[in-house]
Amino acid sequence: METASHIAHSPAKALTVALVGNPNTGKSTVFTALAGVRQRVGNYPGVTVEKKIGRANLSGRVVDLIDLPGTYSLAPRSPDEMVTVDVLLGRQADTVRPDSVLCIVDASNLERNLYLVSQALELGLPTVVVLTMVDLAEARGIHVDAARLARQLGVPVVPIAAHRRKGLEPLRAALTKAIDSPRRSDASPFSAEFQREVNDLHVRLNVGGGNTPRFLAERLLLDTSGYIEGDLLRPEDRATREALAAARKRLADAGQPVPAVEAIARYGWAAKVLDRVVTRQTTSATTLSDRIDRVLCHKVLGVLIFIALMFVMFQSIFSWAAPAMDAIDAAKSALVEWIEGASGEPLMEDGPLRSLITSGMIEGVGSVLIFLPQILILFTFIAILEDCGYMARAAYLMDKLMAPIGLSGKSFIPLLSSFACAIPGVMAARVIENRRDRLLTILVAPLMSCSARLPVYTLLIAAFIPGTLLIGTTFGDWEIGIGLQGAAMFAMYLVGIVAAVSMTLVFRRTILKGETPPFVMELPSYKMPSLRVVVSRVVDRGWAFVRRAGTLIFAVMVLVWAATYYPRLDTEESRTLLAEQTELETKIAALAGAGREESPEYAALAERHDEIDKHLAGEQVRNSYLGRAGHWIEPVVEPLGWDWRIGCAAIASFPAREVIVGTLGVLYDLGAEEDEASDTLREKLQNATWDGTGEKVYGVPVALSIMVFFALCCQCAATLAVIKRETNSWRWPAFTFAYMTTLAYFAAMSTYQVASRALG
Amino acid sequence: MSLLSDLPIGGRAKVIGVAGADSVGVRLLEMGLIPGVEVHLLGTAPLGDPLEFELRGYRLSLRRSEAARVEVEVD
Ligand SMILES: Nc1nc2c(ncn2[C@@H]2O[C@H](COP(=O)(O)OP(=O)(O)OP(=O)(O)O)[C@@H](O)[C@H]2O)c(=O)[nH]1
Repeated sequence: METASHIAHSPAKALTVALVGNPNTGKSTVFTALAGVRQRVGNYPGVTVEKKIGRANLSGRVVDLIDLPGTYSLAPRSPDEMVTVDVLLGRQADTVRPDSVLCIVDASNLERNLYLVSQALELGLPTVVVLTMVDLAEARGIHVDAARLARQLGVPVVPIAAHRRKGLEPLRAALTKAIDSPRRSDASPFSAEFQREVNDLHVRLNVGGGNTPRFLAERLLLDTSGYIEGDLLRPEDRATREALAAARKRLADAGQPVPAVEAIARYGWAAKVLDRVVTRQTTSATTLSDRIDRVLCHKVLGVLIFIALMFVMFQSIFSWAAPAMDAIDAAKSALVEWIEGASGEPLMEDGPLRSLITSGMIEGVGSVLIFLPQILILFTFIAILEDCGYMARAAYLMDKLMAPIGLSGKSFIPLLSSFACAIPGVMAARVIENRRDRLLTILVAPLMSCSARLPVYTLLIAAFIPGTLLIGTTFGDWEIGIGLQGAAMFAMYLVGIVAAVSMTLVFRRTILKGETPPFVMELPSYKMPSLRVVVSRVVDRGWAFVRRAGTLIFAVMVLVWAATYYPRLDTEESRTLLAEQTELETKIAALAGAGREESPEYAALAERHDEIDKHLAGEQVRNSYLGRAGHWIEPVVEPLGWDWRIGCAAIASFPAREVIVGTLGVLYDLGAEEDEASDTLREKLQNATWDGTGEKVYGVPVALSIMVFFALCCQCAATLAVIKRETNSWRWPAFTFAYMTTLAYFAAMSTYQVASRALG
Repeated sequence: MSLLSDLPIGGRAKVIGVAGADSVGVRLLEMGLIPGVEVHLLGTAPLGDPLEFELRGYRLSLRRSEAARVEVEVD
């Protein structure tokens, strides 16, 4: 936000040019070709629209370029769509009014693209039309006479090949000229009657000295959704509403019914403008794109290819990312070891600062970077699929499955990706243009069982679910069939899916009320993906994550560190144990000096030393603010069958759920290095008893209750940070956190209550 | 007179009008489904819905329920 607004008000009063165009017309490519990579990205306040500003140099003059979201029409029906119109009309508070408009037009699809041009021309700003995809049009036998088009449109038309950086000089020259030319008189494709109605309405809106632009008066007349009415008119403004209704009635009687009159007028205008502009060679009726489409949308083959593609994508987020994630982990440990001096002299003496650096800051940076491999891999796939035109087909193929729960096919890939990790999943929801549908997808995406939940499931299932076979047989050491453990794992995934479906249905009927999103969507033709576009999108996403979400994740990790580090343990017992350790160290040093490192005595001393270390680490956490919080919430988690240790581990894993395994390790005096495959940790859990009694804490019901809790709870600061970034508001991450925690709590409680009665 | 959703695969028709002034209706108009336009049904998604049309030289996908708002005259 801050970055974008200050360039708009830079001292030398830079000129401003706004870019508008249909989706997928090459708008971003033109933008990058003119502005280079120095772009400022932010958000318009209060909406989820990204604000992208770049700077271009037009023969010595500096120009700010505003890239507006791709759209088919300048007829806003939501706050997000209104931003585009507000920017163009100079009504957007933090953005200066553009001095001219650059319309990006796809030459292979002129007729439909001219609809938007016809609206843009009515803004009354100097306009330049850029023709992209000329090469694709030619390849399809479509020839466009740009000079004739310019004459009939009355504005300059510049054909370019932005992806090859060709035709940019003429474009710069045309822009320079346009900026200096006077504002255009309003061009209108509408009939005289219609224009008269607009003028009357315009006058009426501005009685008493308002300055509502004529463009909005026209939108008010045409917009039957009620959005513009709500935006422009005060509720008590009955007279204008009546005048509006009367005007619409008169137009309908004259055979120009709102809203159809707009499309009819604009497409009629487009047909006139295009007269003898486009010549089509009669080439073979089916293009290569058609032939590809026939295979990819085929009843059997298309589905198989889709499943194979999704499988590869999904598998790669899981497994290709693993080595990179392991490397990040290893680098983290190596750095910590180097600072703590595991081999040789410690770089720093033990103390709060060292702990802050090793357990707070390095851990914090690590927990940001650890998500990057998955984000980069998923976005490489998505960028390729988007750029070659398959993304729209994927939505097309899956729509039938998603529509019954009130989503469209566009939600499929974000939700599928969330099974690997909700962070790239939430970020992938950007392909959904409608804000409400995008929000709905974002809200339920974290319910999908991500890979960070696996360690929890693995540990608890191995410890408490017997390895019996449900169906199948054993051949010697081989088991064939479905075991109880596998079924339990599957059930956890199912819990997430069922919860996501139910919550989608609930949200659709409550906070995000609305119909199933429409699927009126263009299916672009296939083309070779461009390496430059793919790389730049992937880098964009990765960088956005690190910069905008990373800082927050980092801060949370430091907070968690502080909650476990303070207050420092200082009890009678700890002092005695520390004294014992000092003594042990002297003895160990003496033995080492005598060259007796191999002796059993030495081993016994070292073991005792280690044991004290782990016990003290456990005591520290048990007595820290975190441990106290665990005790404090024990009554709350008791109905779930949990003791304070589990409560404590659950709290510690709110920032990142995978932390639970390590935390349980520390709490049971095993040290933080325990992982989900650890036998000792498993045994400790199996034998754990309630404080002061011999009664076992864990059993199948408790294990199930913990797993259900972890399946449904939003224990991931990174997801919340990304939701904040994507929705541009704290409201939605707060809501996600609240609803998921509540859901998880009650689901875990019912699981425990039902399971303990059924099994015990 | 029939509906765009009833067109057989490969069928062609001319649009007569779009029903409804809500956002779906307006979007259909904006995408170029206005009286007189030739529409060609190219095929359906493997699960039977949505449908893929060609009009004005580009490809448009609509659900059956959305196509049912468009009145057409079959050629
Ligand atoms: N063949 C060809 N490809 C182009 C041309 N201009 C852009 N492209 C490619 O078209 C694709 C889409 O371009 P973008 O610039 O991302 O399109 P956009 O309009 O910004 O798309 P949205 O982000 O969806 O609004 C990219 O792969 C470009 O390389 C052109 O003149 N000819």
